[in-house]
Amino acid sequence: MEWKDLAQALFGEGHRIRQVGELLAGEAAFGSDGEPIAVVGTTGHAPIGVQLALAQARVVLDTIARHPRRPILLLIDTQGQQLRRQDEMLGINRAMAHLGCCIDLARRRGHAVVGLVYDQALSGGFLTSGLMADACYALPETEIRVMRIPAMARITKLPEEMLTELSKSNPVFAPGVANYVAMGGVRSLWQGELRACLAAALADLPAGDERARDGAQRGGRCLAQAVIDQVLAA
Amino acid sequence: MKNSGARRISYAECSARERLGHVLDAGSFHEWLPPSKRVTSPHLAQLGVPTSFDDGVAIGRARLQEREVFVAAQEGAFMGGGVGEVHGAKLVGVLRRALRDRPQAVLLLAESGGVRLHEANAGLIAVSEVMRAVLDVRAAGIPVVTLIGGANGCFGGMGIVARCTDRIVMSDIGRLAMSGPEVIEASHGVEEFDARDRALVWRTTGGKHRFLTGDCDALVEDDVRAFRAAAIQAVTRAATSRPLTLDSLEQEHAGLAARLVAAGSGAEALALWAQLGVPDAARIPELGAAAVRGLRPSASAALAA
Repeated sequence: MEWKDLAQALFGEGHRIRQVGELLAGEAAFGSDGEPIAVVGTTGHAPIGVQLALAQARVVLDTIARHPRRPILLLIDTQGQQLRRQDEMLGINRAMAHLGCCIDLARRRGHAVVGLVYDQALSGGFLTSGLMADACYALPETEIRVMRIPAMARITKLPEEMLTELSKSNPVFAPGVANYVAMGGVRSLWQGELRACLAAALADLPAGDERARDGAQRGGRCLAQAVIDQVLAA
Repeated sequence: MKNSGARRISYAECSARERLGHVLDAGSFHEWLPPSKRVTSPHLAQLGVPTSFDDGVAIGRARLQEREVFVAAQEGAFMGGGVGEVHGAKLVGVLRRALRDRPQAVLLLAESGGVRLHEANAGLIAVSEVMRAVLDVRAAGIPVVTLIGGANGCFGGMGIVARCTDRIVMSDIGRLAMSGPEVIEASHGVEEFDARDRALVWRTTGGKHRFLTGDCDALVEDDVRAFRAAAIQAVTRAATSRPLTLDSLEQEHAGLAARLVAAGSGAEALALWAQLGVPDAARIPELGAAAVRGLRPSASAALAA
């Protein structure tokens, strides 16, 4: 979905979300009393490099500083991390960690943080945004993945046919938003009235990181919670 | 001078458990979910790929110069230290246990290519769970220290995890980054990043570069005793975790933004070092860790812990 259509569906005409390059930032009135929500994210399948990680972090930090407890919506459309030598030289992993830490601080200071994958979410670009939110959701027609099956087959040297066949029953490696729901990484898909979905998400934040437990209950990630529990009991 | 010290033992050449043996107080490591428990990856088995009885990571409690610490050590020889469902859950488990039992520090002996492709979705979610668990442990005041010196470096999601911890100790042959040079070369061509140019790879992602730019906090020789000494220093200096506050994150932001401006459009570390004020930057590739330690410019030192 185009971000403008999404913003329209969520907030109507009156939103103040702006696109600057591949960055989305702004605010919109939301809720029965028109209370503002902060919005930050990317568009155009943006590769997340040092600059775009810092730009998003800036918005999160400003929201924490100027608007205590204001909810934050992360809008995710990324092809993953920027694959450039300059970004590596400049510590892209640190810039991305910084973005993740800013989102983490917002949560700790009482900002409800909700992530929404509205187009595509790949690898590192997803890791330090939606996956650091209180809860991450997705639109049904979106794509979430680390790697497509043909590329995975090439790198792992496993037969593509076998991977395709196994991917029908095991969500653990194949692309697909449903797989991420089954594994607990995405809390649910937003269908129907998007504005109502956002309101419900803000009203029902998980108490902590419950994703391993969700993955076990949904049968998509059966071992993670059990292993965590075994370590705690060892 | 006869037998003044034991021979140097390369940290890079050790296995994960050998590193634990050398870095921690002798015989103090007590492992949770050891290989005898055979907690392995069902996903690898399903793909017909060999599994490991510890899924490539050893976790447990130990002592570091009498202090109680919790530890995790990734085994680079198994799937490059890649994070799968079980491997990731063991990391999360040791961190959540630290939150409950409150050891004096957590040590992460990282060696990883990042998410394990064979179970990539589970690995990606697991890495985010590790990040959040690290930040929970830090918020509780317990310092988390990362050691990087394995041949596989610390890449992908684990490179991000490392930067979520309090302090990073690296050897000069260690590497810390996001995407491997091969991935960047495959994506943008050999002109962008020649993965076979080892000198280029190390000056872009290696320990000396990370130290000179402030992305690692301590630089040591490839020697298990040097890593032990640095780990002891890290947990004695930081009795409690550096708290992540609005002020500290603003400071981090300003430092990273300034470095981005200093770099301009260049991608050459030699130029960046000179720009940051490293004296005689061209000589850095020939120098050992001890010589480089004295050359970190103040702007970079301010970015380090």
